[in-house]
Amino acid sequence: MANYFQEEIECMPVEKIKALQNELLPAQVRYVWENVEYYRNKMKAHGVTPDDIKSIDDLHKLPFMSKADLRDAYPYGLLAVPLSECVRIQSTSGTTGKRVVAFYTQGDIDIWEDCTARAICAAGGTKDDVCQVSYGYGLFTGGPGLDGGSHKVGCLTIPTSSGNTERQIMFIMDLHATILCCTPSYAAYIGETLKEMGYKPEDIPLKAGIFGAEAWSEEMRRDIEKTLGIKAYDIYGLTEISGPGVSFECSEQRGMHINEDHFLAEIIDPNTGEVLPEGTQGELVFTALDKKAFPLIRYRTRDICTLTREKCSCGRTHVRMTKPKGRSDDMLIIRGVNVFPSQIETVLMNNGYAANYQIIVGRVNNTDTFEVKVEMTPDMFTDNVGEVQARRKVLEDGLRSMLGIKAKVTLVAPKTITRSEGKAVRVIDTRKI
Amino acid sequence: MSVNQVSVFLENKPGTLNNLTEILAAHNINIRALSLAETSEFGIVRMLVNDVFEATNVLKENNFVAIITPVLAYAIEDKAGYLNNLLKHFSAASVNIEYMYAFAGKERAYMIFRVNDTKKAEALLQSKGLKSLTQEEIAAV
Repeated sequence: MANYFQEEIECMPVEKIKALQNELLPAQVRYVWENVEYYRNKMKAHGVTPDDIKSIDDLHKLPFMSKADLRDAYPYGLLAVPLSECVRIQSTSGTTGKRVVAFYTQGDIDIWEDCTARAICAAGGTKDDVCQVSYGYGLFTGGPGLDGGSHKVGCLTIPTSSGNTERQIMFIMDLHATILCCTPSYAAYIGETLKEMGYKPEDIPLKAGIFGAEAWSEEMRRDIEKTLGIKAYDIYGLTEISGPGVSFECSEQRGMHINEDHFLAEIIDPNTGEVLPEGTQGELVFTALDKKAFPLIRYRTRDICTLTREKCSCGRTHVRMTKPKGRSDDMLIIRGVNVFPSQIETVLMNNGYAANYQIIVGRVNNTDTFEVKVEMTPDMFTDNVGEVQARRKVLEDGLRSMLGIKAKVTLVAPKTITRSEGKAVRVIDTRKI
Repeated sequence: MSVNQVSVFLENKPGTLNNLTEILAAHNINIRALSLAETSEFGIVRMLVNDVFEATNVLKENNFVAIITPVLAYAIEDKAGYLNNLLKHFSAASVNIEYMYAFAGKERAYMIFRVNDTKKAEALLQSKGLKSLTQEEIAAV
């Protein structure tokens, strides 16, 4: 039995979806033209006005937006409503200058939460479920997004946020959580921990998991499903467009349905910007059709994937996208926890050391490994092995309390951290996707 | 008088010690005594060299972390029982040894001690009639 949150929209015939988009797009372009000077200037420079956009067939005439535009316009340059209309911000990054700060009106939040509610229903969620949200709450969209969707569905929501695995497990077992929402690597970690504690899949009350915000393989999906005794569903989103729930997987587990009544998707050639036909792999581009506060048009996600309109047996008609091949961004998600390189810098500085470090993330047995290489300095060094070890330990403890997860600190010789064009390479992520 | 030891951080992997000796060799610096403490990830080289100033400068120029550590050096007879006699004085004065290493010269043997309070230990041992070697004395060995 397929389970929908908004069946009339989710299963709308394709022609009706197109008609809806044809109605929404010209109005949205005019709205952005009138309210966002930054994009109006971009359109002018591109020789296009709202009059040129009569249907979704004219979409290709509009200029792209990219992360660079978000940076240039930071913080208020892309805001389309007075600040007094905004009720929330979410952000992707810390202090390294590449932050994305997205604004939301209450209406925008509602749209977003509808989308995550659809994802929860697609995973079989109903008001009888107990939904544990183990994504980070806060600036990261994962926690708030799924939390809102869970409320809309009417699940009993357990807002554990990420970290503190023992407490996560206590709630899953004691309160009989049936749906787990977190990053796939954190799900794997929770699963391994339960296994070590002697729980068998049939002892665990969970039946479904909604996992996203990082890349994961089919093999990892099978491992998680086996360890936790659940069905694992992928979810996709990005803060620039709203958050998790831009697209989500159904029980078919063959691509994620994009919520096309809100988000118009295109695939382009990342080099030429040319729109590619359905079924061709390319860069995913989104246009928000009815967002008010932070309405991006033709936003280049840098995610590489394919779209398909093949009929899905779940009954949903919305276009499906394949799992993207990762995203370049500042924020790392390690064992389900957001890690910003700037936080590591802060810990080093707090201890009076120079910030010469490198983060090395890998994955062994579906669990993330997290190492921080720190270049030795005269301030950190003594002739006493025990003392040097103790100082290393202080850094490990500092990182743990800053990040909420354990990192292994390795002391390395000065000037040994990989540098590229003179700049230290801060992150090496070898996780296979 | 305490003696200046050069302490250097090395990663625990093949070639790092050789990189160090390469630089010292290129600058004609003679190592008089050397000991190496290691963990699984890093090591600390402690050495007495003929030119401490030059050694620390060239090491820093070549991106090594090198610091100067005061140690106490004592010359003893190179015969059975003499280290035992020396250590009895350390025990009697309650001087705790963090680490030590030794080398034998042509006529005498030389014991290098790292203690937590060098000045205090030196004074205590001096009062027992033990005189530590100076930088010049150890260089002349």
